[in-house]
Amino acid sequence: MGRKILFITTDQQRYDTVGANGGLLSRTPVLDRLAAEGIRYERCQPTSVVCMPSRASMLTGQFPSTHGAWMNGVPLAIDAPSVAESLHDAGYATALIGKAHFEPFMDPFGRFVENTLANLGIPTVEQPWYDGRRGVHRGFDHLEFATHGVMGALHYAQWINEQHPEAVSGFYSVVDKDLNVNAAGGGDTNAPQVKINPVPREWYHTDWVAERTIEWLKGQTLDQDWFCWMSFPDPHHPWDPPKSEINRVPWRDVDLPVNYPQAQSEREALLDVKARHWRAWYDGRVVSNYEAPAHWVPALMTADQVREVNALNAVEVELIDEAIGRVMAVIESKGWGDDVDVIFTSDHGELQGDFGLLFKGPYHVDGLLRLPLIWRPARSSMPEPSVVHAPVSLVSLAATFLDVAGRPAPAWVEGTALPINDDDAHARSFDSTLTEWDSELFGVDVHVRSVVTTQYLYTEYGEGTMHDGTEGELYDLANDPLQRVNRFDDPGLANVQATLSERLRAHEERPGERAVPGALLAPV
Amino acid sequence: MASLRYERRIAASADAVWDVVRRPESIPNWFPGIVSCTVEGNIRTIVTASGLEMPEEILTIDPLIRRFAYRITAPLYRFHLGVIDVIELGSVDSLCVYSTTAEPDPLALIIAGGTIGALDAIQRLAEAIVKE
Repeated sequence: MGRKILFITTDQQRYDTVGANGGLLSRTPVLDRLAAEGIRYERCQPTSVVCMPSRASMLTGQFPSTHGAWMNGVPLAIDAPSVAESLHDAGYATALIGKAHFEPFMDPFGRFVENTLANLGIPTVEQPWYDGRRGVHRGFDHLEFATHGVMGALHYAQWINEQHPEAVSGFYSVVDKDLNVNAAGGGDTNAPQVKINPVPREWYHTDWVAERTIEWLKGQTLDQDWFCWMSFPDPHHPWDPPKSEINRVPWRDVDLPVNYPQAQSEREALLDVKARHWRAWYDGRVVSNYEAPAHWVPALMTADQVREVNALNAVEVELIDEAIGRVMAVIESKGWGDDVDVIFTSDHGELQGDFGLLFKGPYHVDGLLRLPLIWRPARSSMPEPSVVHAPVSLVSLAATFLDVAGRPAPAWVEGTALPINDDDAHARSFDSTLTEWDSELFGVDVHVRSVVTTQYLYTEYGEGTMHDGTEGELYDLANDPLQRVNRFDDPGLANVQATLSERLRAHEERPGERAVPGALLAPV
Repeated sequence: MASLRYERRIAASADAVWDVVRRPESIPNWFPGIVSCTVEGNIRTIVTASGLEMPEEILTIDPLIRRFAYRITAPLYRFHLGVIDVIELGSVDSLCVYSTTAEPDPLALIIAGGTIGALDAIQRLAEAIVKE
């Protein structure tokens, strides 16, 4: 019997929303305890700041420019490499419960497997694998899907529409009548993507994901090794947690984020030192990516709206923490407590008011780039609790899972297993991480590459509709942790810029086989 | 209004490619996710794999310039125009161009995403005719 793996992801959750990371707004005692017993990472970075490319990187251990799912709406190839396949080969029972999003949601033609599986009500289906064999879909024996809300074909939406149809209208509609991300306001402040949702807590998708996970775990025999990806759709917008819970964090008592200057002139000054698309979005002149509401102007957002969004986000984070606690209790009750590795992270962050902005897009700053990452190794592996300060990436997750399972990492994995402390990180040269962005939507293309070290965050913008290929950003993280002073082209940092630019070149030219970039088949 | 275009070079005569796409009732053979359709006059109603029914109006079937044009008339669309052009490049060499213009914009993306798979199928079917 080997070590079992509980992989927990949330969606669009910032580093600073977890108590162990210094977050004060939400109470996260379960995550805090896992962090105290295990390894907490101070600077974990996604390979992309939107869902599909980032989640595909978790599964494949590859950067988007390698696995080919380069923006939302581009499905991961059906026979892309998958760490779940490797674990399946090693005898692991494999499940993904909650949000997968390796394939688009918007699918009126029923072309994508995730939607089809939910419609058919079957746990998986045989597909081609990367090595030419056929096997369960992407290596998972069992798949049950949920996403943000109650529309569409996925299992949670079907469940609530069938079992509790009276609750459906209480949820916020993620998209508007034109299928754009909805800009409609709600709550007390008319904030976008906010709604007071009367749904009972036990019918909300956070608890559904936990309960379905518990059900799957209870079905496993005691000596079966398993890999379970429990994937919560929250705290991604919409911010519509159960009404019964929202008084946990009264929004009027919430302090504004430290990176939200109240003075409009100060916000604008901060944006004007960044690449031009920042201010263009803020002013409502260009929305370059589908993930932000097409008809929402950030400049019109009020301080109270920022407060209410942050409060509801914190409520959602607390509900997730409690759901994880219930799953952990079941694991303990099954006698697996010493043999389970728990890894918790998110696919990307959320601007959540920083610089006067919400949501996400081609904006590589800590709000989107810096993620919570906690690894509580199985107690039987005798872990020493630690805090890793070196930069690490979600691209390392696949190799980490294989390492836990005692399996060698295949050649297709680009990341190496996460370091267990700073000495390990230093010995294995964890000194920088890369994040990519490419998007082409309705005549607007944006291409971004960023590298983060312990000292700097450096970004280059490739030539596209918004940029001429000469713009960039360079932030001194030690002296400017809020990334307010852009030192790109600062003569005093010319050597730093040259070194970091060379790292981006090396990333682009790295050896290895790349998948043909996938086609954009849907908005998301 | 969003407008997208995909194209495919096909190793088959323009007539062979045109033969694949010219009949309105043939669309389930080559458009991914359309499982059936009915055609009455110039009205075609498609049924998708998810069970959705969408009415369409056939605007043009022109064998001389090898153009098939149609529009989706389902209420969700404020506007849609789909155009398939088959252009002769050589005796067994042609270009198939599938254009989608629609409002709301996200719907253009969904339909145009399907046209990529449609071009795959049109190519496969036309080149199979050549091999026969």
